[in-house]
This record gives sequence, C-alpha cells and structure tokens, in this order.
Amino acid sequence: MSIPSRHFDALIIGAGGAGLNAALQLASADVRVAVVSKVFPTRSHTVAAQGGVNAALANVLPDNWHWHMFDTVKGSDYLGDQDAIEFMCREAIPTVYELEHAGVPFSRLDNGKIYQRAFGGQSQDFGGDQAARTCAAADRTGHAILHTLYQQNIRARTHFFDEFFALDLVRDKDGVISGALVLEIETGEPLLIEAKATLLATGGCGQVFRTTSNAHINTGDGCAMALRAGIPLMDMEFYQFHPTGIAGKGMLITEGVRGEGGFLVNKDGERFMERYAPRAKDLASRDVVSRSIVTEVKEGRGAGENGDYILLKLDHLGAEVIDKRLPGIRESSRIFAGADPIREPIPVFPTAHYAMGGIPTDRFGRVVVPVGSGSEQVVAGLYAAGECACASVHGANRLGGNSLLDILVFGRLAGKDIIDFVRENPYQRSVDPASLDEAMSRLTRWDQKGGGVPAHQLRADFRKCMEDHAGVFRTEEVMAEGYQRLCELRDQFKDARLTDHSKVFNTARIEALELQNLIDVGLSIAVSALHRKESRGAHSRPDYPNRDDVHWMKHSLYYREADRMDYKPVRTKPLTVESFPPKERVY
Amino acid sequence: MKISVYRYNPDTDQKPRMQDYEVRPFQGMMLRDALLEIKKQDESFAFRHSCGEGVCGSDGVNANGKNCLACVTPITELSQPIVVRPFPGRPVIRDLVVDMTQFYEHYRAVKPYLVRTDPLPEQEILQSPEDRDKLDGLYECILCGCCSTACPSFWWNPEKFHGPAALLQAWRFLADTRDQATEERLDALEGPYKLFRCHTIMNCVEVCPKGLNPTRAIGLIKDLMLEKGF
Ligand SMILES: Cc1cc2nc3c(=O)[nH]c(=O)nc-3n(C[C@H](O)[C@H](O)[C@H](O)COP(=O)(O)OP(=O)(O)OC[C@H]3O[C@@H](n4cnc5c(N)ncnc54)[C@H](O)[C@@H]3O)c2cc1C
Ligand code: SF4
Ligand code: SF4
Ligand code: FES
Repeated sequence: MSIPSRHFDALIIGAGGAGLNAALQLASADVRVAVVSKVFPTRSHTVAAQGGVNAALANVLPDNWHWHMFDTVKGSDYLGDQDAIEFMCREAIPTVYELEHAGVPFSRLDNGKIYQRAFGGQSQDFGGDQAARTCAAADRTGHAILHTLYQQNIRARTHFFDEFFALDLVRDKDGVISGALVLEIETGEPLLIEAKATLLATGGCGQVFRTTSNAHINTGDGCAMALRAGIPLMDMEFYQFHPTGIAGKGMLITEGVRGEGGFLVNKDGERFMERYAPRAKDLASRDVVSRSIVTEVKEGRGAGENGDYILLKLDHLGAEVIDKRLPGIRESSRIFAGADPIREPIPVFPTAHYAMGGIPTDRFGRVVVPVGSGSEQVVAGLYAAGECACASVHGANRLGGNSLLDILVFGRLAGKDIIDFVRENPYQRSVDPASLDEAMSRLTRWDQKGGGVPAHQLRADFRKCMEDHAGVFRTEEVMAEGYQRLCELRDQFKDARLTDHSKVFNTARIEALELQNLIDVGLSIAVSALHRKESRGAHSRPDYPNRDDVHWMKHSLYYREADRMDYKPVRTKPLTVESFPPKERVY
Repeated sequence: MKISVYRYNPDTDQKPRMQDYEVRPFQGMMLRDALLEIKKQDESFAFRHSCGEGVCGSDGVNANGKNCLACVTPITELSQPIVVRPFPGRPVIRDLVVDMTQFYEHYRAVKPYLVRTDPLPEQEILQSPEDRDKLDGLYECILCGCCSTACPSFWWNPEKFHGPAALLQAWRFLADTRDQATEERLDALEGPYKLFRCHTIMNCVEVCPKGLNPTRAIGLIKDLMLEKGF
C-alpha cells in the first residue's frame, strides 16, 4: 500500500501553547512548518488554563526573576534543574511582554500595566512576604493566550493539519527521526509527513486517572510515541493533584481563587490550612494543600453527606470582585457544583492535574538521552516542549502559573533552535519503509475482527486502577498491587477489539489508539513511583515519609522495555548565580 | 430517558436516520454525559467533545431545535424526548460531526489578530482598565459555531456573509485600543454582504453559550463605519 506524503522543514505535533509558540517563531522566520493537531487548534487544552502565567514584572509588588527562581527551586522540592529554572525565570519577562504585544487581552491595573495576582508558593526576597507574580486575563488566561497565538499563526501563514492524529514517529535507516505517520480523522486515511526536525508538543496525560481536570484529549500521546522510539520518560512519578477540583467531577477551580483571598474550610468551618502551613496557609504549595485536604477527609472532617469533600469559601470577596476577577469560576461552579460562590462555598477535592515529568530535554527543547556514565546526548532532529516535555523546571512539584510559562518559554526556544537546525541540516532524510510499516501496524491492528475485550471497557478499567493505586498517598503495598493489575490490563490490550471498522470520523478508533498511549504512560507513572522510596513534592509515601537527599536527589528515567528504571543527577548549578542548596521545605 | 439522535455514516448509510437510545439519567447530568452514555452502548456513534466544561467549543449540537454546547446543557433543561441533531446548514461528515471549514474561513478572513504599526515598547503596551473593559464580552468567544449556524443570513449566504462569530471577532480588534488597523478593517467589511447581510434577527445572541452578543458588535461596527464616513 502506498501512503501519500508531504514534506516540511519542521513538523510540530500539537497546537497548544507550546506548539503554537514554536510554530510562530518558525513561520515568522519563513521556515516551512506544519502543525498537526488532533483537534482544531483553539480546542487544545491550554484553552482551559485559568489563573495566569508567572513573570516577575513587579507591577503590583516588588519582584525580580531571582526571587521567582528561588520559589521555583523550593517548590520543586530541589529536584528541578537550576540552570533551566534560572533560564525560564529570566525569559519569563520578555516572553510575557511579547505575548502582550501579540494581543493577549491581559487584565489591567490603573496605571495601564498588566494585572498580577498572588498564587501559591510565591514569595518576595527569597522566602519572605507573599509576592504577586501571576499575570492574568481575568480567569481565562489560557484561553486568551491560546487564541492569540493561533491568531498570530494565521497572520504568519503556518500550515495547519487540523484533526489529524499522529500515530507514531518514523525514522530513516540510521534510526534518525524523520517525521511522523498521521491519520486524517475525517477520511480515516494515513499520511506521512516528512520533516527535518520534529517537535512533540502533545500536552498532558491526565486521562490516565479517572478524576481529572484534563480534557478527554489529554492522553499522553507524545510521551508514548517517545517511549516507543526507545526514549525514556523522566520523573513520571511526580504527578500533581490540584487541591481544588469540583468534588466528584474534577473540573478545576483555579488557585487564583485563593490568591484573591478565598480559603478552605472543613465541615466544622475551621480554616484548617492554618494548622498545616501556618505561614502561607491556603497559598502553600499544591502538594501540601492536596495532602492536607485528603488528611482532613480521612480523619472525618470532610463536609457533605458522605464527608468526602472540603469547602472553598469566597463569598466574602463580594460579588464585584468575583465577577471582575473570577467570572469563569462563578460560571463553572454554578453549572457543575450547583453552587453560586457569591453566596455559598464550592465543594472541592484534589483532582489529577499536571505531569511534572515527561520527555527529557535540555533548555533548547532538544530531546536528550543518557549515554554511558552520567553524560547525555542530543537526539538529532527531535524536540519536545510543553507539558509532555521535562526540561526539569518543575522537579517534584510545579508552582501554579509556571506551566503556561514553561510551555511558552520552551516552545519559543525550541522554535528558535529548530530554525538553526534546519539551516544546518538542509536535506531531508528518507524514511525507512520498515519504520513506516511498524507505525502503520498500530492502525491496522484495529481492523481485526471478532470477540475480545471492548477497547472502551479496558480504558475505563485502566483509569480506575491508576486512580486507586497511584494517587495522592502511595504505599509499597498499594502500589505493588496496582502494578500487578496494570500489567494484567496491559496484557489484555492485545485482545482489545473494536466493533466499528469504518473509516470516516471513526472516534472509537481514535480512542482505541489513545488507549495504547494511556497504558504506556500510565505504567511509566506507576513503575517510577513504585521505585522511588522517599517522599518528595507530589510523590508522597507514608512508608517513607521523609525526603532523602542522599539516595534520591536524582531524576528517574523510565524505559518501556521491561519497565526498566535508570537515574541521572539533578543539575544544581545555575547559569550565572549561586546554587540554592536543598533545605527543608516549610510554608 | 429516551434520546433520539441523528445518525449518518457515509461508509455504510445511504441516507441519514434518527435512532433512539435509552439512557439512565443521574443528578447533574449534562447532555454530553448522555451522548457519552450512548457511545458506550454503541461505539459507532460519533460526536466531537473534549474539555467537558464549556471552554474548548468542540461539542456544539442542535438539541430540541436549538443550538447548544452539550457539556454545559443540563438534560433537565431539555424536554423529553430529547432530539439531538448536528448543527443546521453545515455539511454532515458523520452523525453529529459537521464540516466547519467555511466557518473557520470567515473567521480567518476578518484578520483576527492585533496589528501594530508603531515600534513596540520595551515593556507592555499600556491600556487603561476602562479600555480593557471594552474587550469583555468579545474576547471570550470559543469559536463553537452555535451562533453562525443558527443565523438565517449565514444559511442563505454562507460564502459571502461572514456570520456573527467572525464579525464579533472583527469588532474585538476594532475595539482594542492597541490595534492600529481600523481603516483597513472597515474597508474590508464594506459592500452589501460581508457585514450588511445581518438583519438583526438575534438568533445568535439567543444561543451563544458564553452569553456574548454578536448583534451588538455588528451594530457597533456599522456605527463606526458611519462615524468614519464609510
Ligand atoms: C484546567 C486547567 C487549568 C490550568 N491552569 C493553569 C494556569 O492558570 N497557569 C498555568 O501556568 N498552568 C495552568 N494549567 C496547566 C497548563 O495549562 C498546561 O500544562 C498547558 O496548557 C499545556 O500546554 P501544551 O501546549 O503542552 O499542551 P496542550 O495545550 O494540551 O496541547 C496539546 C496539543 O497536542 C495535540 N495532540 C495531542 N496528541 C496528539 C496526537 N496524537 N496527534 C495530533 N495532535 C495531538 C492536541 O490536539 C493539542 O493541540 C492548567 C491546566 C488545566 C488542565
Ligand atoms: S443578528 Fe445578524 S448575525 Fe445574529 S443571527 Fe441575526 S442575522 Fe445572524
Ligand atoms: S459568539 Fe458565542 S456562539 Fe458564537 S462562536 Fe463565539 S462563543 Fe460560540
Ligand atoms: S467539550 Fe469543550 S466546550 Fe463542551
């Protein structure tokens, strides 16, 4: 069977903030760039980001990038790479100005500057008073940024392949990545996109858990593609549970609510965060707040009929502030929790939210893999940026407002690096037919008929198992049992079948393809978590309650072959300033 | 609870048909939950959806004759039996999935991006809170298409009339004090069709899930044209 093909200088898989910011650099430099997205670009999940993006603009309170850097290193529980963090915090400032120039409708202060709000884990002067560092467009910052980036890409005439699903990366005879095989969802026909450089910007994988703030499309496809290409995933055990998802549903209520002065109470009306984090209280780091909520509920102080959630109170802010700064939250809470926050508190519980780990990259978005003892090597022509990547700026726990920053900074830098790369490597490598066949087999496998496990059933079982065994608190026993069960489900995958074999807009087939990705990525989380015998950031083990810098201040690397683990050192040396040595993390 | 949905698969069906499904309702169920339940029973049923919270704009459908976003439409607001069809006036690809190409083309045609001709400042371009307020009710559009596919003028002149969603975005940039392409934007909207086919029928306002008001924006563009002597 001959597969049609298209040629570009650069292929970007993913049209969220990371992919679109990279594309904008490339298209503006007249590099031929294709952006492939399984949904129309503005439907990417960056659209859902609410609270804002961090940059030390000092528009509201004194601030500078070095304080931002300190907070990020501390927030990461000292697992973040300090060179990448310094770089991101410095770049934050020009990046936000560039976005504003591109048209993002940021909220404004009376003096006409960008509005900034307080978010968790932010301080002035290296751990002093609360800072206000999060630049916001009301509580729709992600929407404002994503739409603006798409709009600027229209201006720059980027080539878009909307509603095309990337199946797998393809290689040349020497094993060098040379593009990807994609599926046009509307027609069900495959298409080979050949490119000199490929950027994975496929976003998060929250769908591996049953209750999540992530959209239906966040299935970790890029991470799974990397795994299948033999690339390890880094620090996957660090999965963030956001403290305030709408109870039982998972939709997010931004940390900005607490930044604006809202707070959490238990069934007795007690502001319990005062007990867990006397200083920062409700604006302690996310891992701390999530654990506190789960503890309150476990110890019988949860609200509601079943005592299984906590209340987020903001009525004291007044209708005017709520309508001006948090209009989207009011809307969501009314629709999904049946509570109007102007009058009543919102029922909340932690929800699976954000992958700190991902495809390992350097600070130019280039994918790196270990070679031999301690050293690393760039994978030629392969880049990753955004939530699917791990430049290691979040370490063991991400601060609110730092992810939009991460996707924008590293998306932009990856774009710039690709410009240089394609100039230095002007010739397209030819795709190895064997590699193409392998990618095709992922698709044709679903043409098999006959009985078997329904794919959607397996998807549901897998997500439930992940939630039960790799959640907020993790013990050896729970995780070991979970790992076994996940392996069984992985084995069942070969018997998974579809009943619908039609071609045109077959969404069951797309979901089945995603299922394979969910399984690969879910296992990377479970296996990495099982191996790490300490508590650090989002990875919390009651059986190893302390952080263990002697044995565990290192990055995990998970390989798909035989579920193998490897480790690499944390980069503690910043670019220009002194390094921040690990300290006990109190808020 | 019975739901009747529009079914059409060009691979297998000669012509479209309605198919009934029995779905068990639950407290707080949205129309999207019901459609997902149908998909569980019958995986051949296709519809677009993603965020589940009314921000991505994927799951616009026509329920009981009115365009809406399935994920923020409680089934209790729909009288039974619920009848779900694809957006009217758009070519159907499969089941509830329609071809929105033309809708996006009109959006792109209004040059929906900020144009600045002055040199850029080192920091942000300043904008007063009052000027920023002028963008409220405009920038929040999620391009779901509920409005344009409910607009009779868009049904009749889909090639030439930009439709409410695109015109709302045209106004979003005209209203932005930072934008410096007012004349070009107005120039481009001249003529009997692109803008002037709107007969203020207000269907668009009635269905917008974000509570936006394209009719008002269209009126404001017309006012500005008069003011500028177009
Ligand atoms: C509800 C919510 C609120 C948040 N709020 C904030 C906030 O206030 N501040 C903050 O800093 N961060 C926030 N975050 C985190 C942040 O929004 C995300 O981490 C970030 O937007 C991810 O961007 P991305 O570009 O990496 O991916 P996404 O925006 O998820 O985009 C992924 C893209 O990849 C495409 N894709 C995926 N797989 C395939 C495939 N197989 N084939 C083709 N295309 C594919 C998708 O179509 C999409 O275009 C929030 C997250 C959530 C869920
Ligand atoms: S008011 Fe204008 S744009 Fe809106 S539905 Fe009527 S004709 Fe269409
Ligand atoms: S104006 Fe409203 S209905 Fe129209 S596309 Fe935008 S959000 Fe949807
Ligand atoms: S699923 Fe995103 S708007 Fe309904």
